[in-house]
Amino acid sequence: MWEFLTEFPSIGRRDLAEMKKAIDEAFKGFSRAYGEALESFFDPLLKFLVWFEKLLQATPWPIILLIVGALAWLGSRSWKITVGAVAAFVVIGIFDMWEDTMATLAIISVATLLCIVIGIPIGILMARSDRMQALITPVLDVMQTIPSFVYLIPVVMLLGIGKVPGLLAVLIYAIPPIVRLTNLGIRLVDPEVLEAADAFGASPRQKLFGVQVPLALPNIFAGVNQTIMMALSMVVIASMIGVKGLGVPVLRAISNQYLALGLMNGLAIVALAIIFDRISQSYGKRLQAYRGQGND
Amino acid sequence: MTEPKIRIANLYKIFGKTPAKVLPHVRDDAMGKDELLETHNHVLGVNDVSLDIRPRQIQVVMGLSGSGKSTLIRHINRLIEPTDGAITVDGEDVLAMNALQLRDLRRHRMSMVFQKFALLPHRTIRENVGYGLEVQGLGADEIVKRTRHWIERVGLAGYEDRYPGHLSGGMQQRVGLARGLATDADILLMDEAFSALDPLIRYDMQSILLELQNELHKTIVFITHDLDEALRLGDNIAILRDGAMVQTGDAQQIVLNPADDYIRDFIKDINRARVIRLGALARPLDAGRPPAEELPRLAAATVLEDALLTMSGAPDQTVLVARKDGTLAGTATLTQAIEALHG
Repeated sequence: MWEFLTEFPSIGRRDLAEMKKAIDEAFKGFSRAYGEALESFFDPLLKFLVWFEKLLQATPWPIILLIVGALAWLGSRSWKITVGAVAAFVVIGIFDMWEDTMATLAIISVATLLCIVIGIPIGILMARSDRMQALITPVLDVMQTIPSFVYLIPVVMLLGIGKVPGLLAVLIYAIPPIVRLTNLGIRLVDPEVLEAADAFGASPRQKLFGVQVPLALPNIFAGVNQTIMMALSMVVIASMIGVKGLGVPVLRAISNQYLALGLMNGLAIVALAIIFDRISQSYGKRLQAYRGQGND
Repeated sequence: MTEPKIRIANLYKIFGKTPAKVLPHVRDDAMGKDELLETHNHVLGVNDVSLDIRPRQIQVVMGLSGSGKSTLIRHINRLIEPTDGAITVDGEDVLAMNALQLRDLRRHRMSMVFQKFALLPHRTIRENVGYGLEVQGLGADEIVKRTRHWIERVGLAGYEDRYPGHLSGGMQQRVGLARGLATDADILLMDEAFSALDPLIRYDMQSILLELQNELHKTIVFITHDLDEALRLGDNIAILRDGAMVQTGDAQQIVLNPADDYIRDFIKDINRARVIRLGALARPLDAGRPPAEELPRLAAATVLEDALLTMSGAPDQTVLVARKDGTLAGTATLTQAIEALHG
């Protein structure tokens, strides 16, 4: 009797082992049956990713610096941020991390783009129906909290090692903030403004694109910003399953205890993060210029 | 009597989980607002309201907060669905309209001005005024042309490219008014449109509205809790209390014959001399006796405040009251006027 209370009555070790084995076998079976189909499904994505990475690496560095400067200026309209961004890239180049940085830039850009393309519609869907919100929120919770190594296992089993599984891992981790903030932004739109749109006979579509999305844009942009940050923080883990970039030297530094190498590449990731963050934040702020107060 | 532009008939609105179930209590057992809330946990918004709104007039709906006036006005364009009753606009059943017909009604035939302005903060003044036109699907050139006219009309020329957040409350509501007028709808719903403004600015806006109305002759439904505003603007005034209609009539009728103590209480503090017009006092001339031609003539629309001096100086302190078309409505004496002022 006492034993029953001290030992949790678990299912037997053998049953458990068999259950795990069954699950593994089933998944392996699934992987054998559909792995190839899935891989070819993601093939266009892989081709795009490779093309973009090659493009970035083949472009002469002065042009990249120019583009970085131009994007920083267009996004922030601030000389400080523009000069800072260009200077950071120059330092990265001087310390011979240019190629890895371009590879990281490629995967982060593609991942962010995919997050926006997939995440914003999901966020809109969530905002339009409470049931959808109740359904999707726990999924997002799981995606944000489950240790990334756990979902790396099935992803690698299905797709092997390479860029696409790496990209998927980044997506899973980075997409929740943009979905959440799109949903939040739309739900926070002033109901009186929506009522006015209704009173003038706006169709649901006119309301969505004319009122809700524009007014949610600052929040959506905060989501894009968060998504970029989270994608960057996945760089090292993604390099474990074969994504090239700044994560690879960091990984090498960990296993060989190369302090300087790890630090330099780590700081390069930080520099990218700060640049992206400042540019996207100041762009987001400029979107809200109309919120200026003060009467004449 | 002209056909009503908008007809509201036996309208009920009950808020709660099962409004249809508790409706009979209100409709058949005459259960009041407080009792319904207590026994059935439903809120009675509108209670058996019937109102004919004539075209080209300002119909004021007045009541204290919680009297259901804002709920009532939202039934006209069906922003709120009634629990029971009928609403027709130009003889058309609004409640029978499907989503598309309803949208068409809101786009072309009625527009709305809101208490808290409800402007689109991310759009400029020009884009706000043009919102209704954009929803209608007009081309950009046409929108610019029409909005320019209305922005000038409400005195906001020069502010076209500002954002609502940069304007004062009074100016924001001018934008709201211009937005409402720009669609050329012949019904304008105004939900406490001037209530959020300072008294002076409110008076200005009332003047602008009256001036525009003189020219445009829209059918305006104007919600307010301010009696002075109601008396100044309303061609006809309906007074609501706890969702039910207490009295309806023009300013004269309400001031001279208040239906109950609630309304008597309401009108107790107003300046009667500015509301009551001579026409309401006129006693018909005795047939056969020719009117004394030496008596001064005053228009029936003259308010007592303006008439008193003339009356006290007139022979017998009596004046002739002339209708708009020039015929005589009768005579009025100073004594009558003083009695009317005393209430």
